[in-house]
Amino acid sequence: MTSAIGRTSPVAIAFFLAFIGVTLAITWWAARRTRTTSHFYAAGHGITGFQNGLALAGDYMSAASFLGIAGLVSLSGFDGLIYSTGWLVGWPVVLFLIAEPLRNLGRYTFADVVAYRMRQRPVRICAAVGTLATVVFYLIAQMVGAGNLIRLMFGLPYEAAVVAVGVVMLAYVLFGGMIATTWVQIVKAVLLLSGAFLLTLLVLARFGFNPVALFSAAAGRYGAGVLTPGQLVSNPWDAVSLGRALMFGTAGLPHILMRFYTVPDARAARASVFYATGFIGFFYLLTFVLGFGAMVLVGQPAIRAVDRGGNMAAPLLAEAVGGTAFLGFIAAVAFATILAVVAGLTLSGAAALSHDLWVNVIRHGAAGEQEQLRVARMATVVLGALAILLGITFKGQNVAFMVGLAFAIAASANFPALFLSMFWRGFSTAGAVASMTVGTLSAVALIYLSPTVQVDVLHGSSAVFPLRNPGLITVPLAFLTGGLASLVWPEPQAESRFAEVERRALLGAAEE
Amino acid sequence: MPNTEIGRLAARRWRVALGLTAAMLAVYFGFILLVAFAKPLMGSPVAGHLTLGILLGVLVIVAAWLLTWIYVRWANRHYDAAVRDLSGPAS
Repeated sequence: MTSAIGRTSPVAIAFFLAFIGVTLAITWWAARRTRTTSHFYAAGHGITGFQNGLALAGDYMSAASFLGIAGLVSLSGFDGLIYSTGWLVGWPVVLFLIAEPLRNLGRYTFADVVAYRMRQRPVRICAAVGTLATVVFYLIAQMVGAGNLIRLMFGLPYEAAVVAVGVVMLAYVLFGGMIATTWVQIVKAVLLLSGAFLLTLLVLARFGFNPVALFSAAAGRYGAGVLTPGQLVSNPWDAVSLGRALMFGTAGLPHILMRFYTVPDARAARASVFYATGFIGFFYLLTFVLGFGAMVLVGQPAIRAVDRGGNMAAPLLAEAVGGTAFLGFIAAVAFATILAVVAGLTLSGAAALSHDLWVNVIRHGAAGEQEQLRVARMATVVLGALAILLGITFKGQNVAFMVGLAFAIAASANFPALFLSMFWRGFSTAGAVASMTVGTLSAVALIYLSPTVQVDVLHGSSAVFPLRNPGLITVPLAFLTGGLASLVWPEPQAESRFAEVERRALLGAAEE
Repeated sequence: MPNTEIGRLAARRWRVALGLTAAMLAVYFGFILLVAFAKPLMGSPVAGHLTLGILLGVLVIVAAWLLTWIYVRWANRHYDAAVRDLSGPAS
């Protein structure tokens, strides 16, 4: 089968330009409404629960999940489904433990919550380091993915693609702040969900709308083995460790946590996670059909021929069932997906730099509104330039592990401190600092010593640390360190303010 | 602590939240452990070529929906009312 992938398709470019046009119009509209830091960081708390649910889904469903999981299922069958479920199960945890108290206790970043009753400077510095580490690793993975994807799909040079993504994303965040970023996420989520749904319908139409017939066709062509657990999970502890990082990492991703400040109250925060879980779960169910659909209708050899990792399975499937026009639409959707995720990441990194580090550490909370807004925009430019630079630096490198690393840091550095600060009276500044520092360092160190880096990236024959993802060790380690350090260096002042935290976590700031 | 109205409500929300979190953990890690240690069982057919493993994978997603729905229903009905009672007369 010859594919139009890699050739510059006028349909893809038309869809793509339409998306850029609409989102830049949104940015222009949002820019006129962005006058204060509350607008810039939190969209003036004016987003509804339903809208934020879509935006959360948009922030979370990266090209890695759309193209990556569909590709993984198409090449390895059942094993790919482990990821489909793993990426979703963190969301209920966000709802039960984090969303509402976070909304009630903080303003712009999750460090607001951790630092609430602690000494501001040490806690803010550590939280900003955890945030920036998560954001930078996630950004590298997204930028390199963007460069490769656009080169594969549109035939554009890698560097040009990286610069284009960086510049458009910067326009969204710099001028439109959180208002523009939110609406870009919503547009992207609607496009991605409807595109994936349409593709699923076209696939199922070939099998009499019976998924079991699709599974039969897959088994008929590649053997029943594609429908059962296979070689990918050779070490069960690997799967458990990755599962733990995905589960608690979702609850520690700074760009996700930041979204809860865009809604007016805790009730809307609750509703937004409920909708987000619905949308994201629906999307991952579709990846079951897309993956097996590509396996049968495109065929594994054709998928491998275009990209060995299988990343082009979904676009190839779109071409097989919907022709070149549909391929163009799906390609534009994939591009929109990357742009939106990168924008959300950059905004959360900028908030850590300006709100946590500049305003609360350097200026001791005494910065004026205009100064804060100016610093936030400068931080955005710095991060945007850094994203482009890193994207070009890591060209051709195997960066797939960096998403796992970002989740591992989020799960080990951000989540334990956030959780303990809200639920444990005895948690102290020393505990928070120790937990976040040990969480970040152990996650980075163990992933460096793991087969993911030692074997896959450095091509060594073995690794010191056996697990591909360090979550199994680093999450409990961060909890333990935070607990021990709090017991050794207790903080009576922080304990005495716990009642206030408890009250505000439940009732919100309104009645204070 | 549970000697105030706020403390009691916090403890109640805490119990519900931790219980549901434990349920989600059990469902997901149960699925992962079956995938890792009971491969033949997961490959057994349920209906035609639909294997138990694929069915359980779908059910993990359905379980996540169900648990969030249970929480939202509880919070909208009982928790919000309790919060209103606490903040209403005082303010």
